[in-house]
Amino acid sequence: MGNSDNEIFVIRMPDVGEGIAEAELVEWHAQPGDMVREDDVIAAVMTDKATVEIPSSITGKVIWLGGKVGDMISVGADLVRISPDANAQIEAAAPEPAQAPPATPDAAPSDAPEPAPEQKNAAPAKPATDAETHSAKPAAPASGVPARHVQPPRRAAGEKPLASPAIRRRALEAGVDLRRVSGSGPAGRLTHADLDAWLDAPESAPVTGGRVRRTEVTEIPIIGLRRAISRKLGQTWSKVPHITIVEEIDVSALEELRAGLNAERKEGKPRLTILPFLVQALVRAVADQPDMNAHHDDEAGQLRQFAGVHVGIATQTPQGLKVPVVRHAESRSLDDTAIEIARVAEAARDNTALRDELSGSTITITSLGALGAIATTPLINAPETAIVGVNKMAMRPVWDGAQFVPRKIMNLSSSFDHRVIDGWDAAIFVKRLKTLLETPALIFVEG
Amino acid sequence: MAEIVCKLLIIGGGPGGYVTAIRAAQLGIDTLIVDEGPLGGTCLNIGCIPSKALIHAGEEFHKLTEAATGGSPFGLSAASPAIDLGKTMAWKDGIVTRLTGGVAGLLKKAGAKSLRGRASIRDGKTVTVETDLGPQTVHAETIVIATGSEPVELPSLPFGGKVISSTGALALTQLPESLVVVGGGYIGLEIGTAYAKLGVKVTVVEAAPRILPVWDAELTGPVAKRLAALGVEVMTGAKVTGLTDDGETLQVATDDGSDITLAADKILVAVGRRPRTQGFGLEQLALPMDGPFIRIDNQCRTAMRGVYAIGDVTGEPMLAHRAMAQGEMVADLIAGQPRVWDKRAIPAVCFTDPEIVSVGLGPDAARRDGQAVLVGTFPFRANGRAMSLAREDGFVRVIAREDNHVVLGIEAVGAGVAEFASAFSLAIEMGVRLEDIADTIHAHPTMGEAIQESALAALGRGLHL
Repeated sequence: MGNSDNEIFVIRMPDVGEGIAEAELVEWHAQPGDMVREDDVIAAVMTDKATVEIPSSITGKVIWLGGKVGDMISVGADLVRISPDANAQIEAAAPEPAQAPPATPDAAPSDAPEPAPEQKNAAPAKPATDAETHSAKPAAPASGVPARHVQPPRRAAGEKPLASPAIRRRALEAGVDLRRVSGSGPAGRLTHADLDAWLDAPESAPVTGGRVRRTEVTEIPIIGLRRAISRKLGQTWSKVPHITIVEEIDVSALEELRAGLNAERKEGKPRLTILPFLVQALVRAVADQPDMNAHHDDEAGQLRQFAGVHVGIATQTPQGLKVPVVRHAESRSLDDTAIEIARVAEAARDNTALRDELSGSTITITSLGALGAIATTPLINAPETAIVGVNKMAMRPVWDGAQFVPRKIMNLSSSFDHRVIDGWDAAIFVKRLKTLLETPALIFVEG
Repeated sequence: MAEIVCKLLIIGGGPGGYVTAIRAAQLGIDTLIVDEGPLGGTCLNIGCIPSKALIHAGEEFHKLTEAATGGSPFGLSAASPAIDLGKTMAWKDGIVTRLTGGVAGLLKKAGAKSLRGRASIRDGKTVTVETDLGPQTVHAETIVIATGSEPVELPSLPFGGKVISSTGALALTQLPESLVVVGGGYIGLEIGTAYAKLGVKVTVVEAAPRILPVWDAELTGPVAKRLAALGVEVMTGAKVTGLTDDGETLQVATDDGSDITLAADKILVAVGRRPRTQGFGLEQLALPMDGPFIRIDNQCRTAMRGVYAIGDVTGEPMLAHRAMAQGEMVADLIAGQPRVWDKRAIPAVCFTDPEIVSVGLGPDAARRDGQAVLVGTFPFRANGRAMSLAREDGFVRVIAREDNHVVLGIEAVGAGVAEFASAFSLAIEMGVRLEDIADTIHAHPTMGEAIQESALAALGRGLHL
């Protein structure tokens, strides 16, 4: 992936997965001017599945970075330029549009890579040309985005706020320094409403009780995994009509079994949570209803049923929600399932999961553990057709026909793609799960 | 000696002074305005207004002449036209009288008092006024100095005889056969063009390499062209050294080292104006100065408490509308209202033919400010209204920041474009972006369509070019 061009080595965005045209830049490990050794990690990029570290293929000085954290970089676009010469000059950071088109159509010029501080002033101002003076076409902003789509840059220090004379006078009369008020209008122009808002809640207006109103807003770009999650769940929510069924499961027998098994655990055997039982119950249930273990392929107009049961385990990680996959659960024993769940979940949390371990699930389980509430409305991990949500287990009184008895109750909240799964079938599926979990021996009965 | 006590004394009855007085009186301040001449100052009496009257008369006569000589593009013809300059000047004076009378009426209506006489400052609170009825002493809490400016005299060419100032040029009752204008700035060219259109042989002598050096060559190009078409000879890089010994002929040294002489019936010296800081006791206050100007802050306060200064005496641009805006602000300040000079732009208009108007920054100035800019230009040769007026010369040019498209400046050169000044100023003062102008419907058929088109051009989506 590296090549030489006039003694400048270019590291291009590698092909990080099948069918992936772009990846998000999530981390730079080097800055222009830094010396890197061969195999040093220079950048980390993320596909919608996994984070991939990109090493340097040579030793030299980084002279150019192809974007900033959060940018989407096309596969094949220049990512880093490295000169073997330690005295090489740092290049201007703006990528040539032809080589690295911004992947997001609405990327604003301000999204263009920031030059490193020491070179900001070195970037030459656009020379005045006749063409510009007559201005048949405006100079395209660095990102290659049409000039119309401009974003208001933040006011530079010392720059006068943009406001009409009437607003300026109102501010003066109200004793407001407009430089402290942020403008919501185009190019950051201040509106009467902005001034009203400021007057209603100025930065530190003394209020009775000695408490201070806080009006600051922190803007955090939605990038990295959060962007992937946002995009994916947004698509799921807007494309897949969900139906959700909440059912009460009496897991007293299952819990008794689990406690018994855990009590007899030998060295090297995993402690069992309720998840491996649920995975194995799913294996049983989908055998009768293969539509639940399938992908809804919108483009092909096909439902793709899978013989293998690859169970996604929605996992909270320090980076955000990920869904590592227990592959071929139908071929695994209970212990094996427990071990595999623990392994892939750990890999997801450690950020060491491979792409294959984060993709290819056919049905997903989501659990908030002890926080799991009474009921939830899980979103399907599209293109799957079903998701099973585990709610919090609690001791509840159950009427057994003669009296209230304490039973361990755990609700399941399960959602289905209503385009391919009717409510009737969904109800049968949930009932089947209930039966299996309430009589756990059935999970293990062969045939 | 009678003594007058007032809250506010304004020295100078020009646009700055009288606006201060009207506004202050409206706000209930006991106001007195003093001027030795008629109210209205240079602008109304011997500047803007009379020169525009003369320029208009010149234009009308020029049209008639064109019609009489078969030069009318409209197919009009006329018998040989004539001008009675005395009558023209009387008409002009009538306008001046109406306006100065109007100012007096406005002052009276607002409740401001005025006093005719020569003011002389004694200290920061006391001014003596030499009136027809003898000296009057005025005690005021606040003084506003609005003494304006006066034409600069060349030492080698003192006013007198055939050497006249702009004031003299606006008061001629007979047309000279030939007129040499010393100074290719806006005053000299405005008056010179008017006389050229009245049939006078006009020669302009300018020391700089080109005329109207305040604006760039692109903007002044159509003016230079038109001057040539009107038969005005423009000599640039030419310095006046004085008159010949007989006082009849002008001596000029050119950049190429040759000395030439120019005969002329009248010699108009219009090499600039200087602030009027002499002759009224300003030295008594020993105020800090900015070069020849009185130093002021962003509220027009001088270094002395209770003494304000506004208008030409405070600096460039020496323009009536700047003085008026300052005066209005100062009156508010004296009335206790919070005000500060926060204008984004002061429009500049040159009533040459074609007219030039500029508001905000030109392309070069914007770049000097370190801005990356978009510049959009639209020529009047592609404008239907300009064609119908047979005035296709000139263009509109808009300058905007490249990053956020906020408009930094708008300029135009063309027939009648002075009236664009309001639109340009409003745009800059409101902080518009190119898109605001581009997305505003401009009436068709008007020359103003060129404003919208220039913004469209800057955005790379021009329609009519």
